[in-house]
Amino acid sequence: MKEQLEALKLEALKELEGVNDSKSLNDLRVKYLGKKGPLTEILRGMGKLSNEERPVIGQVANEVRAAIGNGIQMKQDEISQRELENRLKEETIDITLPGRKPSQGAIHPLNKVIQDIEDIFVGMGYTVEEGPEVEQDYYNFEALNLPKDHPARDMQDTFYITEELLMRTHTSPVQIRTMEAKKGEVPVKIICPGRVYRRDDDDATHSHVFTQIEGLVIDKNVRMSDLKGTLLQFVQEMYGKDTQIRLRPSFFPFTEPSAEVDVTCASCKGDGCRICKQTGWIEILGSGMVHPRVLEMAGYDPNEYSGFAFGMGVERIAMLKYGIDDIRHFFTNDLRFLNQFVRI
Amino acid sequence: MKVSYQWLAEYVDVSGYSASEIAEKLTRSGVEVDVVEKLNKGITNVVVGYVKTCEKHPNADKLSLCTVDVGQEEDLQIICGAKNIAAGQKVPVAVPGAVLPGNFKIKKAKLRGVESYGMICSAKELGMNDRMLPKEIQEGILVLPAETNVGEDILEVLGLNDEVLELELTPNRSDCLSMVGTAYEIGAILGREIKLPETEVNSSDKIASTKISVKNVSPEHCHHYSARYIEEVSIEPSPLWMQNRLMAAGIRPINNIVDITNYVMLEYGQPLHAFDADQLNDGHIEVRLANKNEKMITLDNEERTLDELMLLITDGTKPVAIAGVMGGANSEVQVQTKNILLESAKFSGSSVRITSKKLGLRSESSLRFEKEVNPENVTVALNRAAALLSQYANGKVADGIVEELSTQNPATNIQISLQKINDYLGTDLTKQDALNVFDRLQFSYTEMDENTVIVHVPTRRGDITRDVDLIEEVARLHGYDHIPTSLMVGATTPGSLSKDQKIRRAIRRILTDEGLYETVNYSFTHPSQIKRFPGMYAQTKQISLAMPMSEDRSTLRTSLVPHLLDVASYNKNRNQSDVRIFEIGNVFLTEEQSLSSQPEEKELLSILLTGNRAAANWSVQENNVDFYDLKGHIETLFEAIGISNLQFVSASPEGFHPGRTASIQIKTDDKVIVLGSLGQLHPSIQQEKDLDEVYILEIMLEEVYQLANFDIQYTTLPKYPAIGRDIAVVVDRSLQIGEIVDSIKETAKELLESVQVFDIYTGEKVESNKKSVALSLVYRHLERTLTDEEVTELHGKVVEKIEKSFQAQLRK
Ligand SMILES: [Zn+2]
Repeated sequence: MKEQLEALKLEALKELEGVNDSKSLNDLRVKYLGKKGPLTEILRGMGKLSNEERPVIGQVANEVRAAIGNGIQMKQDEISQRELENRLKEETIDITLPGRKPSQGAIHPLNKVIQDIEDIFVGMGYTVEEGPEVEQDYYNFEALNLPKDHPARDMQDTFYITEELLMRTHTSPVQIRTMEAKKGEVPVKIICPGRVYRRDDDDATHSHVFTQIEGLVIDKNVRMSDLKGTLLQFVQEMYGKDTQIRLRPSFFPFTEPSAEVDVTCASCKGDGCRICKQTGWIEILGSGMVHPRVLEMAGYDPNEYSGFAFGMGVERIAMLKYGIDDIRHFFTNDLRFLNQFVRI
Repeated sequence: MKVSYQWLAEYVDVSGYSASEIAEKLTRSGVEVDVVEKLNKGITNVVVGYVKTCEKHPNADKLSLCTVDVGQEEDLQIICGAKNIAAGQKVPVAVPGAVLPGNFKIKKAKLRGVESYGMICSAKELGMNDRMLPKEIQEGILVLPAETNVGEDILEVLGLNDEVLELELTPNRSDCLSMVGTAYEIGAILGREIKLPETEVNSSDKIASTKISVKNVSPEHCHHYSARYIEEVSIEPSPLWMQNRLMAAGIRPINNIVDITNYVMLEYGQPLHAFDADQLNDGHIEVRLANKNEKMITLDNEERTLDELMLLITDGTKPVAIAGVMGGANSEVQVQTKNILLESAKFSGSSVRITSKKLGLRSESSLRFEKEVNPENVTVALNRAAALLSQYANGKVADGIVEELSTQNPATNIQISLQKINDYLGTDLTKQDALNVFDRLQFSYTEMDENTVIVHVPTRRGDITRDVDLIEEVARLHGYDHIPTSLMVGATTPGSLSKDQKIRRAIRRILTDEGLYETVNYSFTHPSQIKRFPGMYAQTKQISLAMPMSEDRSTLRTSLVPHLLDVASYNKNRNQSDVRIFEIGNVFLTEEQSLSSQPEEKELLSILLTGNRAAANWSVQENNVDFYDLKGHIETLFEAIGISNLQFVSASPEGFHPGRTASIQIKTDDKVIVLGSLGQLHPSIQQEKDLDEVYILEIMLEEVYQLANFDIQYTTLPKYPAIGRDIAVVVDRSLQIGEIVDSIKETAKELLESVQVFDIYTGEKVESNKKSVALSLVYRHLERTLTDEEVTELHGKVVEKIEKSFQAQLRK
């Protein structure tokens, strides 16, 4: 009987070798270990054995059962592993196909630049003021030290609606309106972004409508060195810590002294290139100390208060920043242009 | 102003500085130099030649065969094609080995079988701006004055070794509209002395006032009128050096008289005018305002119609010049002119400005008068010109100046303290630093005390009227680079964006996150655009520019939609037909037919959707956008900015599809606010614009900003389970499902947590005028568990109400 069991074990293990799939393995399990299997049959015949023989044969039978069971289990693991591998292989997808992107639009580059500049000045303690685009002659010119027959009015060709109403040529009227509203209170620390209009033929560098940001500070003891310090801080936040500024004397009717402000050319870092016409500098701002006439007219005593103002063209800043070659792109709104500003 | 470097050197020592170095220094101290132009465009070996003989070329009708003496041992045989060549002329000759502009090398050549040793040049071939020359010279070779030396280098003769600085002057620096003024500026920068021109006049024994007289009846517009009388002038070309300088400055040489007046104008910035004195009635000048519709013919042979704001120079019987703008043809200096009345005056800047603007006549003269000439130069320039007329036109200058002076210019004395300068600039200058600047500017001053001086500003610097102007002089000549950078003292202020500005940014961010592109469009539009799509302000009157650049940009927009449609068309024409864009911008509204006060400016948000919802690809089907895409955008937007109670009400505003449009409203406690509209663009406009279905939205933002609310108030998560029930009903196809939803809410009240429309069916399985609607309801009690019986009862009421109200059939 012992031999019979050993033979059964050998037979089962041999047959197991040839099994390669779950179903055959299950058949094999039923065949050898099932209720109608030979092992069960042998064990059933155990009753006929003597008391001495019974435990011996019983142990052998259990060993054989365990050996076959282990063999089946190992085979089972092997097959499961292989089947899993096969399934995973079948589930393989083409990861080169494009993803399902949620659609993403973009803020217009001009507004993106305005927001960046606003954030810098808000961080420096400024508020953002806005005002009407159709202005009175008084706010656009006279209150800015540009009386009716002032020759400097030729500097800006103006879209008039009536003799007294016009499309503002700069955002400076917002400064005047803010000063008036403050009724002599200090400090005034504002920036004014907005659309402005000039009678220019539209071409690659001119637009009859464009965007400005101007700033104004009024307080006791405001110095021209503060203007320089403020603009330096601004350009370093805007263009990086290595950026320097250079002031050149200039003329604006509403500031005295007045200065054009150049910054280190971002594309050559000041070494000179095509963009900066080999000078290493790019002009981006006009600025100056607020003219005492302007302070007087807005209700601030120039003997007590002083201030500075500055202004820049947003299109110019955006064109330099993004390398845009034609100002008209901003107003044409070609989607191939707009979708280049998706990046945050 | 074009400034010749060589000419400038006569008034100020510029040795040690090249023209471009001077240009850089000027620019850095406030007088911007646009370009520095080299007059020599690449000439070598061109010399003055004397045409000894000039005959017809044996083999060519149009060519001449010349023998030319160029100061070498042998004369040169040169063939020339110019019509104006003749024996006895002095001409520029490019000898073999010469180079002309454009790297054009001159070699010995054979023309129609005859050798030619060089080339006789035209002004153009020498790289000169020949528009400055008389027409006959432009077309032929350049004929030089007879006294020119044979063999001399043409660069010397024509002043082409020079460089010209083109000043881009700001309106305050009209003092630099003259050589002397520019010299003062350079003198101040370099710290060098100025040398002024010779103005001494050797007058004859004739007394001017016996020959001419001056009367000024308009002292308000003419502050000073002075004249000299010069007899027996000989009219001829002015000396070549003078012509060269005029041309370098961009002024065309005419004859010695006119050239001298222009030359002195360039020197001093004081325009002069020479009248043929014999054409004036009795040698008389009377300055007065013109009469309305008075006419005169100016030097350019144009008849001008004048008005009573224009200042005239007359001889008491007829106008002879428009003051400061242009002379009259009737008193012009001509070849036969013998005697001259030379005018030097100060006309009011605004008078000349108005006149020249009205007549559309701008001249070198009006340009200078407009910016107020230096009153001190009126007499100086008059004498300088008289001296030159006697020297270069053989004129006899009569003794005395005949003049009327009506306005004495008050001296400008400005008190300034060192303290103020340093406080204003943030500098640490010493008194000597400041005084140094005034010395360099040649401003005299009186020291008052340790700290204070009174500066006496010369009249040539009319732009300096206040202490801050002097501070600017100190700053710019000391150097802006030497102003330190500082941080402001004084209290720091918190910066911030206003609520409106924050919400505007939030709107931009939300819409762009949903795939929309922000656009920026022009504010001006074509009036027909407004007519076709007036937007929500159909009652507004159009506002037009007084002088538009074009009809397309002549009227202020009242809606943002028309330009968004243009953007959609533009992109569609470039194969980009899926357009999802928006703009936030102002429109301009008025009730006035003709505007007398500022219009109302309303900030609007407009959105446009057209084309596919998403670009089709391997996993996404093409699908056109529709009403509900746009509605979804606005619903999400309002949720994000905390505005609830949004209502959509059927509407048919102008320009929209009447069946696919809603008015967007917000219900508050006491009123309903209409924000704008949302819907499909009217198909007829779509067709005109060649667009497919377009969905547009336009709302006003002011109210949105007011109602927006960023506060978040947490509500406890539900503790008790919800129970769901679905309903499917068949109703009339025209029934708005919103009404069913409202009815459900009304019946179920606070136990209803949500209701969703999850299916709408029209088709074979229902009658043709019906639709089947499936809704999913969720009931929940916040404080306890609802029983099945409760929900069944409540839901039953809900269903019953729907059946009753809408004649709905329940589908099982
Ligand atoms: Zn560069």
